[in-house]
Amino acid sequence: MSEDNFDRLKKCAVEVLGVDADKITKEAKFADDLDADSLDLVEFVMALEEEFDVTVEEEELEGVETIGAAYDLVVGKL
Amino acid sequence: MSDAITQTDQTATPNRVAFVTGGSRGIGLACALQLKADGFAVAVGSRSEPSELADGLLWVPLDVTDTDSVDAAFGTIEEQLGPVAVLVANAGITKDTLVLRMKEDDFTTVIDANLTGNFRVSKRAIRPMMKARWGRIILMSSVVGTMGQTGQANYSASKAGLVGLGRSLAREFASRNITVNLVAPGPIETDMLAEISDAAREAMVGAVPLGRVGTPADIAAAVSFLASDGASYITGATIPVDGGLGMGG
Repeated sequence: MSEDNFDRLKKCAVEVLGVDADKITKEAKFADDLDADSLDLVEFVMALEEEFDVTVEEEELEGVETIGAAYDLVVGKL
Repeated sequence: MSDAITQTDQTATPNRVAFVTGGSRGIGLACALQLKADGFAVAVGSRSEPSELADGLLWVPLDVTDTDSVDAAFGTIEEQLGPVAVLVANAGITKDTLVLRMKEDDFTTVIDANLTGNFRVSKRAIRPMMKARWGRIILMSSVVGTMGQTGQANYSASKAGLVGLGRSLAREFASRNITVNLVAPGPIETDMLAEISDAAREAMVGAVPLGRVGTPADIAAAVSFLASDGASYITGATIPVDGGLGMGG
Protein backbone atom coordinates (compact mmCIF):
# COMPACT_ATOMS: atom_id res chain seq x y z
CA MET A 1 0.00 0.00 0.00
CA SER A 2 2.71 2.46 0.99
CA GLU A 3 4.72 1.49 -2.10
CA ASP A 4 1.62 2.39 -4.05
CA ASN A 5 1.53 5.83 -2.51
CA PHE A 6 5.18 6.40 -3.28
CA ASP A 7 4.57 5.51 -6.90
CA ARG A 8 1.77 8.03 -7.04
CA LEU A 9 4.03 10.68 -5.58
CA LYS A 10 6.77 9.70 -7.99
CA LYS A 11 4.43 10.16 -10.91
CA CYS A 12 3.61 13.70 -9.72
CA ALA A 13 7.30 14.49 -9.26
CA VAL A 14 8.22 13.28 -12.73
CA GLU A 15 5.41 15.27 -14.25
CA VAL A 16 5.83 18.51 -12.33
CA LEU A 17 9.58 18.61 -11.81
CA GLY A 18 10.47 17.12 -15.16
CA VAL A 19 13.10 14.70 -13.81
CA ASP A 20 13.71 10.99 -14.41
CA ALA A 21 11.78 8.60 -12.19
CA ASP A 22 14.97 6.94 -10.88
CA LYS A 23 16.10 10.25 -9.38
CA ILE A 24 13.01 10.32 -7.17
CA THR A 25 14.19 8.67 -3.96
CA LYS A 26 13.18 9.51 -0.41
CA GLU A 27 16.63 10.99 0.17
CA ALA A 28 16.56 13.20 -2.93
CA LYS A 29 16.82 16.90 -2.04
CA PHE A 30 14.68 19.30 -4.03
CA ALA A 31 17.29 21.99 -4.45
CA ASP A 32 20.51 19.97 -4.72
CA ASP A 33 19.42 16.77 -6.43
CA LEU A 34 16.34 17.72 -8.37
CA ASP A 35 17.19 21.29 -9.33
CA ALA A 36 13.80 22.42 -8.04
CA ASP A 37 13.21 25.95 -6.76
CA SER A 38 10.52 27.26 -4.41
CA LEU A 39 8.04 27.64 -7.25
CA ASP A 40 8.63 24.01 -8.28
CA LEU A 41 8.03 22.90 -4.71
CA VAL A 42 4.74 24.78 -4.51
CA GLU A 43 3.66 23.29 -7.83
CA PHE A 44 4.69 19.82 -6.69
CA VAL A 45 2.75 20.11 -3.44
CA MET A 46 -0.29 21.38 -5.35
CA ALA A 47 -0.07 18.31 -7.59
CA LEU A 48 0.16 16.09 -4.49
CA GLU A 49 -2.86 17.80 -2.94
CA GLU A 50 -4.81 16.96 -6.05
CA GLU A 51 -3.50 13.41 -6.36
CA PHE A 52 -4.06 12.48 -2.71
CA ASP A 53 -7.00 14.78 -2.04
CA VAL A 54 -5.38 16.42 0.97
CA THR A 55 -4.71 20.02 1.97
CA VAL A 56 -1.24 21.21 2.87
CA GLU A 57 -0.91 24.54 4.67
CA GLU A 58 1.81 27.02 3.77
CA GLU A 59 3.47 26.67 7.21
CA GLU A 60 3.75 22.91 6.87
CA LEU A 61 6.12 23.31 3.94
CA GLU A 62 8.67 24.93 6.23
CA GLY A 63 11.71 22.65 6.32
CA VAL A 64 10.47 20.25 3.67
CA GLU A 65 13.66 19.72 1.72
CA THR A 66 13.50 16.15 0.52
CA ILE A 67 11.10 13.90 -1.36
CA GLY A 68 10.85 11.79 1.80
CA ALA A 69 9.76 14.75 3.89
CA ALA A 70 7.09 15.66 1.34
CA TYR A 71 5.98 12.02 1.27
CA ASP A 72 5.69 11.82 5.06
CA LEU A 73 3.78 15.11 5.17
CA VAL A 74 1.22 14.02 2.60
CA VAL A 75 0.86 10.38 3.64
CA GLY A 76 0.51 11.48 7.26
CA LYS A 77 -2.72 13.15 6.24
CA LEU A 78 -4.32 10.10 4.62
CA MET B 1 3.67 39.45 -37.85
CA SER B 2 2.39 35.90 -37.56
CA ASP B 3 5.24 34.74 -39.80
CA ALA B 4 7.73 36.40 -37.52
CA ILE B 5 6.28 34.60 -34.53
CA THR B 6 6.55 31.15 -36.04
CA GLN B 7 9.98 31.78 -37.50
CA THR B 8 11.68 33.19 -34.43
CA ASP B 9 10.29 30.86 -31.81
CA GLN B 10 10.59 27.24 -32.71
CA THR B 11 9.22 26.01 -29.40
CA ALA B 12 5.99 27.90 -29.91
CA THR B 13 2.84 26.12 -30.76
CA PRO B 14 1.90 27.30 -34.23
CA ASN B 15 -1.33 28.81 -33.03
CA ARG B 16 -1.00 30.28 -29.57
CA VAL B 17 -4.17 31.13 -27.71
CA ALA B 18 -4.90 34.65 -26.48
CA PHE B 19 -7.69 35.52 -24.06
CA VAL B 20 -8.96 39.08 -23.74
CA THR B 21 -11.20 39.84 -20.78
CA GLY B 22 -13.71 42.59 -21.35
CA GLY B 23 -13.11 41.76 -24.99
CA SER B 24 -16.52 42.24 -26.52
CA ARG B 25 -16.21 45.98 -27.15
CA GLY B 26 -13.97 49.03 -26.96
CA ILE B 27 -10.30 48.57 -26.17
CA GLY B 28 -10.71 44.84 -25.46
CA LEU B 29 -12.32 44.13 -28.81
CA ALA B 30 -9.64 46.10 -30.65
CA CYS B 31 -6.97 44.06 -28.84
CA ALA B 32 -8.76 40.81 -29.71
CA LEU B 33 -8.99 41.70 -33.40
CA GLN B 34 -5.35 42.78 -33.53
CA LEU B 35 -4.16 39.56 -31.85
CA LYS B 36 -6.31 37.59 -34.28
CA ALA B 37 -4.60 39.41 -37.16
CA ASP B 38 -1.25 38.59 -35.51
CA GLY B 39 -2.03 34.88 -35.80
CA PHE B 40 -3.36 34.03 -32.35
CA ALA B 41 -6.45 31.96 -31.72
CA VAL B 42 -8.48 34.46 -29.70
CA ALA B 43 -11.15 34.15 -27.04
CA VAL B 44 -12.98 37.10 -25.52
CA GLY B 45 -14.83 37.12 -22.23
CA SER B 46 -17.57 39.41 -21.01
CA ARG B 47 -20.56 39.31 -18.69
CA SER B 48 -23.22 39.52 -21.38
CA GLU B 49 -23.05 37.96 -24.80
CA PRO B 50 -22.32 40.57 -27.48
CA SER B 51 -25.10 40.93 -30.05
CA GLU B 52 -22.57 40.45 -32.81
CA LEU B 53 -19.00 39.32 -32.73
CA ALA B 54 -16.31 39.37 -35.40
CA ASP B 55 -15.71 36.08 -37.19
CA GLY B 56 -13.21 33.77 -35.64
CA LEU B 57 -13.41 35.04 -32.07
CA LEU B 58 -14.61 32.65 -29.38
CA TRP B 59 -16.87 34.31 -26.82
CA VAL B 60 -17.04 32.92 -23.28
CA PRO B 61 -19.23 34.20 -20.44
CA LEU B 62 -17.01 35.78 -17.79
CA ASP B 63 -17.66 37.56 -14.52
CA VAL B 64 -14.25 38.44 -13.09
CA THR B 65 -15.77 38.99 -9.64
CA ASP B 66 -16.65 35.28 -9.47
CA THR B 67 -13.82 32.72 -9.21
CA ASP B 68 -16.02 29.91 -10.53
CA SER B 69 -16.95 31.95 -13.57
CA VAL B 70 -13.27 32.67 -14.22
CA ASP B 71 -12.43 28.98 -13.91
CA ALA B 72 -15.28 27.97 -16.22
CA ALA B 73 -14.23 30.51 -18.85
CA PHE B 74 -10.67 29.17 -18.91
CA GLY B 75 -12.01 25.61 -18.98
CA THR B 76 -14.08 26.33 -22.07
CA ILE B 77 -11.16 28.01 -23.84
CA GLU B 78 -8.79 25.15 -22.97
CA GLU B 79 -11.31 22.69 -24.35
CA GLN B 80 -12.03 24.55 -27.56
CA LEU B 81 -8.78 26.33 -28.39
CA GLY B 82 -6.08 25.07 -26.01
CA PRO B 83 -4.26 26.54 -23.01
CA VAL B 84 -4.11 30.34 -22.82
CA ALA B 85 -0.63 31.64 -23.65
CA VAL B 86 -1.44 35.35 -23.74
CA LEU B 87 -3.79 36.93 -21.24
CA VAL B 88 -4.98 40.47 -21.81
CA ALA B 89 -6.64 41.39 -18.52
CA ASN B 90 -8.72 44.30 -19.67
CA ALA B 91 -12.09 43.91 -17.96
CA GLY B 92 -12.96 46.92 -15.84
CA ILE B 93 -15.78 49.09 -14.61
CA THR B 94 -16.24 52.66 -13.40
CA LYS B 95 -18.45 54.12 -10.70
CA ASP B 96 -17.40 57.75 -10.87
CA THR B 97 -18.37 60.22 -8.22
CA LEU B 98 -16.66 62.66 -5.88
CA VAL B 99 -15.22 61.04 -2.77
CA LEU B 100 -17.65 62.91 -0.51
CA ARG B 101 -20.49 61.21 -2.34
CA MET B 102 -18.71 57.90 -2.93
CA LYS B 103 -20.18 55.10 -0.87
CA GLU B 104 -17.80 52.53 0.48
CA ASP B 105 -19.58 50.04 -1.73
CA ASP B 106 -18.82 52.16 -4.81
CA PHE B 107 -15.17 51.88 -3.87
CA THR B 108 -14.97 48.19 -3.03
CA THR B 109 -17.07 47.15 -6.04
CA VAL B 110 -14.66 48.83 -8.43
CA ILE B 111 -11.63 47.38 -6.63
CA ASP B 112 -13.20 43.92 -6.69
CA ALA B 113 -13.77 44.05 -10.45
CA ASN B 114 -10.70 45.93 -11.63
CA LEU B 115 -8.02 44.80 -9.21
CA THR B 116 -9.11 41.59 -7.46
CA GLY B 117 -10.78 40.51 -10.71
CA ASN B 118 -7.48 40.70 -12.55
CA PHE B 119 -5.81 38.82 -9.71
CA ARG B 120 -8.37 36.03 -10.12
CA VAL B 121 -7.91 35.90 -13.87
CA SER B 122 -4.10 36.06 -13.71
CA LYS B 123 -3.93 33.38 -11.03
CA ARG B 124 -6.03 31.01 -13.11
CA ALA B 125 -3.93 31.73 -16.19
CA ILE B 126 -0.55 31.16 -14.57
CA ARG B 127 -0.35 27.39 -14.07
CA PRO B 128 -0.78 26.39 -17.71
CA MET B 129 1.74 29.09 -18.63
CA MET B 130 4.19 27.67 -16.08
CA LYS B 131 3.74 24.26 -17.62
CA ALA B 132 4.34 25.62 -21.09
CA ARG B 133 7.32 27.65 -19.88
CA TRP B 134 5.92 30.52 -21.93
CA GLY B 135 3.34 33.10 -21.10
CA ARG B 136 2.39 36.72 -21.46
CA ILE B 137 0.15 38.63 -19.12
CA ILE B 138 -0.84 42.14 -20.10
CA LEU B 139 -2.80 44.14 -17.55
CA MET B 140 -4.80 47.19 -18.55
CA SER B 141 -3.88 50.02 -16.20
CA SER B 142 -4.65 53.68 -16.88
CA VAL B 143 -2.99 57.06 -16.89
CA VAL B 144 -5.23 57.98 -13.93
CA GLY B 145 -3.49 55.26 -11.88
CA THR B 146 -0.52 57.60 -11.56
CA MET B 147 -2.14 61.01 -12.16
CA GLY B 148 -5.27 60.53 -10.11
CA GLN B 149 -8.56 61.90 -11.37
CA THR B 150 -11.28 63.91 -9.74
CA GLY B 151 -14.33 61.69 -9.38
CA GLN B 152 -12.35 58.49 -9.91
CA ALA B 153 -10.75 57.72 -6.54
CA ASN B 154 -11.97 54.12 -6.77
CA TYR B 155 -11.00 53.60 -10.41
CA SER B 156 -7.59 55.32 -10.02
CA ALA B 157 -6.79 53.24 -6.95
CA SER B 158 -7.67 50.03 -8.78
CA LYS B 159 -5.53 50.99 -11.78
CA ALA B 160 -2.56 51.95 -9.59
CA GLY B 161 -2.99 48.68 -7.71
CA LEU B 162 -2.58 46.77 -10.95
CA VAL B 163 0.96 48.10 -11.28
CA GLY B 164 1.91 46.48 -7.96
CA LEU B 165 0.10 43.29 -8.91
CA GLY B 166 1.77 43.18 -12.31
CA ARG B 167 5.27 43.83 -11.02
CA SER B 168 4.89 41.16 -8.33
CA LEU B 169 3.65 38.63 -10.86
CA ALA B 170 6.55 39.62 -13.12
CA ARG B 171 9.03 38.80 -10.36
CA GLU B 172 7.35 35.60 -9.19
CA PHE B 173 7.09 34.00 -12.59
CA ALA B 174 10.06 35.38 -14.51
CA SER B 175 11.90 32.09 -14.01
CA ARG B 176 9.13 30.37 -15.95
CA ASN B 177 9.50 32.63 -18.96
CA ILE B 178 6.25 34.41 -18.20
CA THR B 179 6.36 38.15 -18.69
CA VAL B 180 3.86 40.49 -17.08
CA ASN B 181 3.45 44.04 -18.33
CA LEU B 182 0.92 46.83 -18.21
CA VAL B 183 -0.49 49.24 -20.70
CA ALA B 184 -1.67 52.58 -19.34
CA PRO B 185 -4.12 54.21 -21.75
CA GLY B 186 -4.96 57.88 -21.65
CA PRO B 187 -8.35 59.12 -22.87
CA ILE B 188 -9.52 56.64 -25.52
CA GLU B 189 -12.61 56.84 -27.73
CA THR B 190 -14.83 54.23 -26.04
CA ASP B 191 -18.23 53.91 -24.38
CA MET B 192 -16.49 54.60 -21.07
CA LEU B 193 -15.31 57.99 -22.32
CA ALA B 194 -18.67 58.78 -23.94
CA GLU B 195 -20.15 58.97 -20.45
CA ILE B 196 -18.30 62.15 -19.51
CA SER B 197 -19.56 65.65 -20.24
CA ASP B 198 -18.46 67.66 -23.29
CA ALA B 199 -16.77 70.23 -21.09
CA ALA B 200 -14.79 67.59 -19.20
CA ARG B 201 -13.85 66.00 -22.49
CA GLU B 202 -12.64 69.28 -23.93
CA ALA B 203 -10.54 69.97 -20.87
CA MET B 204 -9.06 66.50 -21.06
CA VAL B 205 -8.12 66.76 -24.73
CA GLY B 206 -6.62 70.18 -24.01
CA ALA B 207 -4.27 68.55 -21.51
CA VAL B 208 -3.05 65.90 -23.95
CA PRO B 209 0.19 67.02 -25.65
CA LEU B 210 -0.78 65.23 -28.86
CA GLY B 211 -4.08 67.12 -28.76
CA ARG B 212 -6.50 64.31 -29.42
CA VAL B 213 -8.29 61.39 -27.87
CA GLY B 214 -6.71 58.04 -28.68
CA THR B 215 -8.38 55.13 -30.44
CA PRO B 216 -8.78 51.53 -29.25
CA ALA B 217 -6.40 50.59 -32.09
CA ASP B 218 -3.68 52.71 -30.45
CA ILE B 219 -3.93 50.49 -27.36
CA ALA B 220 -4.17 47.30 -29.40
CA ALA B 221 -0.87 48.13 -31.11
CA ALA B 222 0.94 48.25 -27.76
CA VAL B 223 -0.74 45.03 -26.59
CA SER B 224 0.21 43.35 -29.86
CA PHE B 225 3.84 44.31 -29.34
CA LEU B 226 3.90 43.07 -25.73
CA ALA B 227 2.44 39.74 -26.87
CA SER B 228 5.02 39.36 -29.63
CA ASP B 229 8.41 37.66 -29.44
CA GLY B 230 9.99 41.05 -29.94
CA ALA B 231 8.95 41.93 -26.37
CA SER B 232 10.48 38.85 -24.74
CA TYR B 233 12.99 40.91 -22.68
CA ILE B 234 10.36 43.28 -21.27
CA THR B 235 8.69 42.45 -17.97
CA GLY B 236 7.20 44.49 -15.14
CA ALA B 237 6.95 47.49 -17.44
CA THR B 238 4.12 49.94 -17.88
CA ILE B 239 3.76 51.30 -21.40
CA PRO B 240 1.88 54.59 -21.49
CA VAL B 241 -0.34 55.07 -24.55
CA ASP B 242 -1.78 58.43 -23.66
CA GLY B 243 -0.70 61.07 -26.15
CA GLY B 244 1.83 62.26 -23.58
CA LEU B 245 -0.79 63.10 -20.96
CA GLY B 246 0.92 61.26 -18.11
CA MET B 247 4.54 61.74 -19.00
CA GLY B 248 6.86 61.98 -16.05
CA GLY B 249 4.37 60.16 -13.81
